[in-house]
Formats: sequence, structure tokens, C-alpha cells
Amino acid sequence: MLHLILFLVFGAVCVAGAVNLLAQRHPINGALSLVAVMGSLAVEYLLLGAEFVAAVQVIVYAGAIMVLFVFVIMLLNAGVEERTKGSRVALLFGVPGMLLGSVLIGWVLLGHGAETVPVGALPGAPKVIAWLLFHDFLLPFEVTSILVLIAIMGAVVLASHPDTEQGKKES
Amino acid sequence: MVPISYYLILSGILFACGVTGFLIKRNIISIFMSIELMLNGVNLSFVAFAAQWHALSGQVFVFFVMVVAAAEAAVGLAIIISVYRTRETLNVDQVDLLKL
Amino acid sequence: MTPNLHLWLIPVLPLVGAVINGFFGKKFSRQTVAAVALLFSGAAFALVLSVAFRFSSLVRPHSETLATWIRAGSFQADFAFYLDQLSLVMLLVVTGVGFLIHIYSVGYMWEEGGFYRFFAYLNLFMFFMLTLVLASNYLLMFIGWEGVGLASYLLIGFWFTKDSAASAGKKAFIVNRVGDFGFLIALFLLIKHFGSLNFDQVAQSIRPLSPEIGGAGLLTAIGLLLMVGAAGKSAQIPLYVWLPDAMEGPTPVSALIHAATMVTAGVYMVARSHVIFERAPMALTVVAIVGTLTALFAATIGVTQTDIKKVLAYSTVSQLGYMFIACGVGAFSAAIFHLLTHAFFKGLLFLAAGSVIHAVSGEQDMRQMGGLRTKIPWTFWTMTIGTFAIAGIPPFAGFFSKDEILWRADQASWVYWAIGLFTAFLTSFYMFRLWFMTFFGEYRGAAESSDQHSEPHGQGHSGIHESPMVMVIPLVVLAVLSVTGGWIGVPGALGGSNRFEKFLGPVFHSTAAAFDTEHRAGGEMALAERGTEGPEPQTRPATELAFSGMSVLVALLGFGLAWLLYYRNPQLPQRIASSLGGFYQAVGHKYYVDELYATLLVKPLIAGSALILWHGIDQDVIDATVDNSAHGANEVSDSIRHMQSGNVRSYAGWVAAGAAVVIAYMVWMGTR
Repeated sequence: MLHLILFLVFGAVCVAGAVNLLAQRHPINGALSLVAVMGSLAVEYLLLGAEFVAAVQVIVYAGAIMVLFVFVIMLLNAGVEERTKGSRVALLFGVPGMLLGSVLIGWVLLGHGAETVPVGALPGAPKVIAWLLFHDFLLPFEVTSILVLIAIMGAVVLASHPDTEQGKKES
Repeated sequence: MVPISYYLILSGILFACGVTGFLIKRNIISIFMSIELMLNGVNLSFVAFAAQWHALSGQVFVFFVMVVAAAEAAVGLAIIISVYRTRETLNVDQVDLLKL
Repeated sequence: MTPNLHLWLIPVLPLVGAVINGFFGKKFSRQTVAAVALLFSGAAFALVLSVAFRFSSLVRPHSETLATWIRAGSFQADFAFYLDQLSLVMLLVVTGVGFLIHIYSVGYMWEEGGFYRFFAYLNLFMFFMLTLVLASNYLLMFIGWEGVGLASYLLIGFWFTKDSAASAGKKAFIVNRVGDFGFLIALFLLIKHFGSLNFDQVAQSIRPLSPEIGGAGLLTAIGLLLMVGAAGKSAQIPLYVWLPDAMEGPTPVSALIHAATMVTAGVYMVARSHVIFERAPMALTVVAIVGTLTALFAATIGVTQTDIKKVLAYSTVSQLGYMFIACGVGAFSAAIFHLLTHAFFKGLLFLAAGSVIHAVSGEQDMRQMGGLRTKIPWTFWTMTIGTFAIAGIPPFAGFFSKDEILWRADQASWVYWAIGLFTAFLTSFYMFRLWFMTFFGEYRGAAESSDQHSEPHGQGHSGIHESPMVMVIPLVVLAVLSVTGGWIGVPGALGGSNRFEKFLGPVFHSTAAAFDTEHRAGGEMALAERGTEGPEPQTRPATELAFSGMSVLVALLGFGLAWLLYYRNPQLPQRIASSLGGFYQAVGHKYYVDELYATLLVKPLIAGSALILWHGIDQDVIDATVDNSAHGANEVSDSIRHMQSGNVRSYAGWVAAGAAVVIAYMVWMGTR
């Protein structure tokens, strides 16, 4: 019972945050509602027993990525969105397409997910996750570390001032 | 005891919102945030299925998704910054020429 | 073992000359071009002479295969050459007269542009004609047949910048093609029913067959179709119209191609196919009738012509008619005999006419000539010999051959003889008319002052002058041949032994002898007597002498009439012409045949082609297809282009829509 209430409450927060992201015209408001979404998602993960994932969600997603977003919004002084001539295609094809896709997915998922899970169904303790990471998923792990390295280099290069030489390190 | 389908519906709603935001929004950063929303929705479904089938690799995969999302956010925001520097605008409709 | 005579060299040597002159002649000097041309055609002639000397030691017929060409199922056609008496005679004529005309052309064309082109074409013609004559199957002969048509087109239209010359070339080629169509159908029938186009094999298959007395039948069809081809190539009714127009070409071309060799290809082909014709009496009759009508018809037109070359052209058509009369009554060797003598004297006449034209700086209208005999003596005397020869006055060549034909024609039907005799009278008349108008009387032209330009030839000379030696010597040689050439065929009635007919005997007799022994018992003796040459020609010396006498008389009558009208009373012809009024006009306009063909055939064909083939199919279907598909591609790409707008959101929209389609598909697949 508590499980259901908790799920519904935080699920509502997620959905509200998502809708608010769509509704807000200023990107900073959108960023803040996205943070709220991330937070409630972390609780949902906990309800499913994924402790490590929930922690990482808060630390990395809400704590780093969203902070990065907020930094950039403030750096660029992004203002309110103006209305410009949009794309008819996006509205004409995209939105119905998205609706169709969602309906279909929903229909499929509804047909499969009738079984119930208890609270904390699959405990994902850090030890267990680590065991998987370093044994079965070692290669992807190493590859993603290289990926992160490349991303760092790319970000540095792209965001550096154009009149600065490439060789100098700009932090 | 919550049926798995509830989690999956929630994930689907988040994903749909993300796609809609991607299509509707005009600010590049807002579009980017919609992408993050999409990724989150997918993460939730991964975890839900991991719980249903007792396969921990689902959670491990979420981990990887997050790493990739982080890298992508970093690089993407760097690109947005350099686009802003050349075009002076964050409106995606005004960035439609390859030429400078 | 049969020795290898390398017969293939005979056609190929002139081909080499043609290739050298054609590709490199532009850079050569005139001397080099002439030397190359003369060298290769002379070499061919020398080779033919050496073959002739060895001929009696060969097994006849002598075949040489060069290479296999077509092998399709049971049908085979090879590049193979065939040498028997008939082809030897033709070879000697073609290479001998051809070589002489090459020499003559060096002088005649010396100042013309395109000197190398002329000799390249002339050598090319020799190649094709020799292929035609040496071929051992109909297919290779057809290559030569078409090739001489091509060479004729190229040479008639040699001065292609002149509209009339270009049109004449086209006319020759197209009318020839009409004949070739008949020839081709005949070849198809031969392949279908006898499975081969090789002369020996066809003869073997046909020999056992009995003649088609009734008229209709396979062999008659083949014979008639072959005659259509021959009519096209040898300018018989109704396909003769190209030959007078072909006089647009240079005079050596007229001499070689349209008098001595190409136009005789039809006669040669009919003679080669005698096995077929002997068994199709209806076809033979048609051949004879066509020949008779053509001979008479052309002779009447020749009487009214004023252009010296046109007179000779119609004379050629008429003489070819004689050869076909001979074929039509089964006297094939007489036809070949007349072919031989005709090559001599007609070649001579054309070359001499060329010399005359050269002398008067290009004038071809006889009304502008006259009194030339003192000024160009060599030309005068050689042309005189030629004229006497064609008129059929003994002991010149034409008498013996023409007489032989008339004699054999009478044995088939007196009608042929009568018309032939009258045509001989006309021949003598118009030839002596030409002779008197050109060489006697007062000079009526204007060549003494500056140059006339009725023909591109003849620039830069002033005054009437004799031709250079290089042109005169061939005239002399041909004149000698015109005198002596007939002596190989003197018939028994006149004291000779007719060596020519005996020489050609094995070609035409071997079939006849076997034929006779098979069918004499069957009671078809009438055919054996009439249609073929029996082992001995029927000799009734007294009657034959009488016939010869009548031929001579008729020739002299022609001479007398011409003397009267063109020497004694030169104003008479005009009065006669005006009194005959419309009829004379019609004859003078060649019976309006060209105009008739134009209205009936040419104009509707051109209009139909323009309307249906050009506008309807070429423009509206083919062009339209290509244009419209290009246009359609343009339109489609134009509408698709808008997808690439540069707008990120539209791209996102397309992606979302596409993803939805993919998801739908996967769901559908999952639920199946």
C-alpha cells in the first residue's frame, strides 16, 4: 500500500516536472523542473531496489549534468524564447508520430507488465554492481572511460575562445 | 505491490514528453534538456525490467547510459556555446545554414 | 593437290591501296597518291594475268577457302573464292579495264581537289568488285554487291558540294537498295530451301529438280527475285533511273563503274545462277522481256539527249538490255561475250568523251561542240573506233557479240529479234548522231576564249587541246581491244570457231549436259533445245549469214540517217522534232518516268516519313520519353528538395515520424 502511494506521489512529481519543462518559456525554469524530475526518479529507482543507481542518479545527473546546464544557461544569458517561424513538419509529422509511437509502446508494455513487484525488488548493492561492472562488463567500462576522456577533450576544444591558440590550455 | 506496467507507463510518459519537447521547443538548451528527459525515461524502464526479470545487467546498463549522457551533455553544451559565439542566437530556427 | 593461288590477294591488294590512300593520301603528293593507286591495281591485274596463264593446268572449278565466316547450325558461309572460266573472264575485264581507267584518271583528275580521295574510292571499288566476282557463295557476293553500290555512291557524289551530284549519289544508292531487297529475299529462300548459299552446293541441290513449266514455283520465285536485284544493279526497267543521273560523277567513274564493271554485276549474277534460271522458264521469259523493253526504251531516249554523257548512259542501259535478252533466252555465254566487248567499247567511248570534255574545258552539251576532229585527232580516231564497234559494224567487236545475241534471240521468238534489230538501228543512229555532232561541222562552242564551267572539271585551260599522253594511251589500248576483242567469238557461220563460247562451255554446259540426259527421256525436249545451251549450238549457216547481213544493213542505215540529219541538213532535226510535238517532248523528258516515281513513290514516302516516323515516333515517342523522364526526375527531385531545409526541428519531426513507423512495424511483427 505504501509502495503504491509512494510510487504515485513521486510519479506525479515526475510527470509534473516533465510537463512543466514543456510549458516553461525560460530555459532556467525548465532546468529547475528537470532537476525535480531527476530527484523523483531517484526515489522511483529506490522503490525498485536499485540503490546504487539511485545514488548515481542524484550525484551525476542531478548534481553534475543539470548543474552544467544551469551554468551554460547563465553563461549565455539565455533569455525567454521568442516565437519564430517554426517547422510545419515537426508539428505535422512529428507530434502525431510521437503520439502513435507512445500509444503503441504503451499498448505493448501494458500487455506484458501485469505482474507485480514488491518494494526493493532487486537490490542493487554497490558491491554486486561493481562485481558485474568489473567482470562481465569490463570492456564497456573501459571504453566508456575513454569516451569520457574524449568528451572532455572535445568540450575543451569546442568551447575555447576562438582567438586563443589551440595549444594553450583553457580551463 | 505495484505492477511493473505502472513503472513502464511512467517511463513512456516521460519519453513522450521528451520527444514533444524536442519537437516544440525553440531554444537549443531546452531541446537538449528534452533529450535528457528522454534518456531518463528510458533509464526508468531499464530498471523496471531489471526488477521484473531479476537481471542486474539492467541496472548496469543504466550506469552506462548515464556516463554517455554525461559525456554527451558536456560536448553538446560546448557546441552550443560555440554556436552562440558565432550566431549570437540560441534559437534553433535561425541556425539553418551550414555556411557561416 | 590443288595449288594455292592466293586468290584472296586479288581483291585485297586494291583494298590496301585504298586504305593507304584513304588514311594518308591527304599528306602525300599527287605523284605518290597516283603511284600507290596504280601500283596496287596494277598488281591485282598482274596477279590475274598470272592466274590466267596457269589456268589451263588447274582443275576447274578451283576453290580456295580463306576463313570460316558463319557457322550457324547446318548453315555455313565462308570467305571462300571460286575460280572458273566465267570468273576468269570477269576478273580480266575488271582488273584490265580497271587498270587502264586508273591510268587515265591520273591525267583526268590531275587538277581536281580531293585527288587522293578519288583514288582511294576507286581502289575500294576494285576491291568490292573483285570480291563480287571471286566469291564462291552468294553471301560474299552480296558483300561485294553492296560494296560496289557504296563505292558508286561515293564516286557519283565525288563533288559532293554540288547538290545535283549529292542527290544523284543518293538516288543511285537508294534505287540499288530496292533491287537488293529482292536479292536478299532470294537469298533467304535459298537458305530456307537448300540450306546453303555456296554456288556448288546450291547447284547440286537444284540439279535434280525438274523445271517448273507451269510458271509458279520456288525456283521461279527465286529467279524473279534475283532478277529484281539484277535490275537494280544493272539498270533495267523499272530500276534504271539512277544510271543517267550517275553521270554527275567524274567521267572515269562513268567509264569504269557505269559501263564496264559494276552494272555488269547483274548480268554476271544471272549467269552464275543459270542453274536456277534454266529450271524456271517463266523467270527466263521475264528476264528476256525486261531486257528487250529496256533496250528499246533506253535507245529511244538516247536519240533525244543533248548531253554527251547522257547519250552514252542511255546507251549503256540499252546494251545491258541486250545482255539480259541473251540471258533470257538461255544464251549465257553470248551475254558474257557482249559484256566483254561492251566493256571495251563503252569504256573507250566514255573515256574518249571525257577527253572531249577535257578538251572543250568542261562543256558537255553536244550542241556546243562540232568540228573537233582536226583539233583532237587521237580522241577522234579512238572514239570513231568505239562508235563503229557499238554500232555493230564488222570486223569491230560489237558486231560479233550483238549478232550472236540476235541470232540466239530469234531462236526463242522472232519478236525478240525484231525489237533487237530495231534497237540496233537506233543504237547506230544515236551513236553516229553523237559522232557527227561532236566532231564534224562547225565549232559552235565558246572554249576558245575563257573557260566554261558547266562541270567542275575543266578549269584553267584555254583553247581546245588534245589530252595528255597519260589519257590517250588507255584510249588507244581500248581501241585496239575494241577492234580485236570480237575475234575470239567469231561464229562458225562466218568461218570462225567461236573460241569464246567453247571456253565458257564447261561452265554452262556441265549443267546442261547432265540436265539433258536426265530429262530428255521425260519429253522436255523443248526446254533442252530452247532454254539451255545444248552441247552444240544449232548451226544453220545460211540463215545465220543472212541475219548477220541484216544487222550490218541496219547499222549502215543508222549511219546514213545520222549523216543526213546531222551533217547534210543540220536544220532538219529541229523541224522533225517540232513536227512530232508532244511525243518528242515526252521522249526528251525521258517519258516523265522520274516525275512519275517522284509523285507515286518519293513524295508520299518523304511525307509519310516526316509525319509518322519523324514527328510521330522520333519526336513524340522517343524524344518525349527521354525528355519527360528527365523532366519527371527534375520535378520529383524538386519536390523532395524541400526536405533539406536546414531546419533542425523539421529533421526532428521526420525522425520522430520514421521512428514511429519502425516501432509500428516491429509491434506488428511481434504480434504476428
